[in-house]
Amino acid sequence: MQIENIKNWLKINLFSSWYYSLISIIIIYYFLLIFPKFLDWAVFNATFIGNEKSDCKSSGACWVFIKVWFNKLIYGFYPEKDLWRINLSFFILIFTISLSFFIKDKFKIYILFFLILIFPIIAFVLIKGGFGLEYIETREWGGLSLTFILTFFGIIFAFPLGILLALGRRSELFFIRYFSLLFIEFWRGIPLITVIFAAAIMFPIFLPQGLNVDKLLRVAVGIAIFESAYIAEVVRGGLQSLPKGQYEAAKSLGMGYWKMNFLVILPQAIKAVIPGITNTFIALFKDTPLIILVGLLELLGMVNLAKSNSYWLGLAVEGYLFVGIIFWFFSFILSRYSQNLEKKFSSERY
Amino acid sequence: MSEKIIEFRKVNKYYGKFHALKDINFNVNKGEKIVICGPSGSGKSTLIRCINGLEQHQDGDIIVQGNVVEKTLKNIEVVRKEIGMVFQQFNLFPHLTILDNCALAPTWVKKIPKKKAEEIAMEHLKMVKISEQANKFPGQLSGGQQQRAAIARALCMSPQIMLFDEPTSALDAEMIKEVLEIMIDLAKAGMTMVVVSHEMGFAKTVADRVIFMDDGKIVEIKKTKEFFENPENERTKLFLSQILK
Repeated sequence: MQIENIKNWLKINLFSSWYYSLISIIIIYYFLLIFPKFLDWAVFNATFIGNEKSDCKSSGACWVFIKVWFNKLIYGFYPEKDLWRINLSFFILIFTISLSFFIKDKFKIYILFFLILIFPIIAFVLIKGGFGLEYIETREWGGLSLTFILTFFGIIFAFPLGILLALGRRSELFFIRYFSLLFIEFWRGIPLITVIFAAAIMFPIFLPQGLNVDKLLRVAVGIAIFESAYIAEVVRGGLQSLPKGQYEAAKSLGMGYWKMNFLVILPQAIKAVIPGITNTFIALFKDTPLIILVGLLELLGMVNLAKSNSYWLGLAVEGYLFVGIIFWFFSFILSRYSQNLEKKFSSERY
Repeated sequence: MSEKIIEFRKVNKYYGKFHALKDINFNVNKGEKIVICGPSGSGKSTLIRCINGLEQHQDGDIIVQGNVVEKTLKNIEVVRKEIGMVFQQFNLFPHLTILDNCALAPTWVKKIPKKKAEEIAMEHLKMVKISEQANKFPGQLSGGQQQRAAIARALCMSPQIMLFDEPTSALDAEMIKEVLEIMIDLAKAGMTMVVVSHEMGFAKTVADRVIFMDDGKIVEIKKTKEFFENPENERTKLFLSQILK
């Protein structure tokens, strides 16, 4: 019975015609050719134990490299004794997000409120210092934790700003409409690299003497503004998909502009464009390595640094593979989460 | 002379160069039921939508309950809060349950506590006979049920006036009846109603006066009985003979 099922499955999915059979065989052939070699390199011949490069004597991957550099890849040059501060911040973040899966819908608004308004302050104080905690300069931040900080900052900043810009672009007020339009088209029209360079190098030139804004903050704001233009266009797509009747119904019930938009229009528009928003957030997450250009080292930057360490030369493949897996893993989580949301909302409207 | 609740004084409206409403003059008294009919494109929807400022007029005065509907729509919310409106396409909010659809505006616009607003919503849903659907989403209801929910939603704001913009035109024949029944109940309860409709049976049953519009003008405005028994204008006669066939 079981074998019969498998046979059927194979027949339907892989060998339904001579043409498909040929394609299947070619794919399976190359898979068998490459995958065992990859496994040999990544697992069977790889070195996991040891503390230095000389421990890697086999022909496989040298995972010792990742192991030794692990803390640096995750935390950058953050002082070892203060690592708990980063860990605690991320623990709070993950805890609140997981909590949102278990509580009733009507309390979720408080979690959102906490994540957008309160958590950033807590995390900032924890990681940067203050209130009795030692100050740690942002140039010591780095690694995967910096990737997350930038992504999180980007999302909570770009999302509301993007929504306002999308509304602004459809506003009836001349100046607001054209300001939004210009703003969006300007930021969409320049490459992110330019934004990062400008924020890190050009911007300080225009600041008055003595005023100094932290480089990481400048870059983070630059990235967030850049992404907000994309969010704005995605949200605008959602706004345009709504029938005029929704606006009229809200107006006829006595709602003003803000109530109409926040209670009736935006909830529907945003639900309609969840895939586009997720897309933008994943792009934001994967764009963060660009900050390497101005000397800020997040995960990829740290790997670059590690592999050019004279003692560890020649281990780029392991490093990049590690980075790739990490980026893929978190992008995948984001994407699954958004699919979940889509499913949940689609059941509401039929 | 009873109290005027809606007043149109020489109202003109243009869409670009198109003259949509031409010198509209009429009053609606408190508690009165008015049915507006006329061929499509005659301006009846435009007229009713000017009452709560969904369309802006360019000339003349519209006064609702003593408040002027400003041509710039300044402070229009004050006027709108007192006017309920029911649309041809229902326009329920698809992301909210029927109950939330009804309780939304009372909670946020009238600042009634949520619990209380939901109680009020439930009462009105009972009145339109769909209280058992309260926790469903609009997409799960039939057209007739949706339109009744939309009526309940409008009533939850305790309006002084109800506007109906072709409320049964998007419905199948068997659903038209259930919606009209609710509207008749509402009329009996003394609500001031302005209804754009082709349902002449409904007009005969509840309307105090009927307005016939054509080409952006009010052609004839008469007590219901007189309107149907001896229309004066040729166009009215033609229209009635076509629609009552």
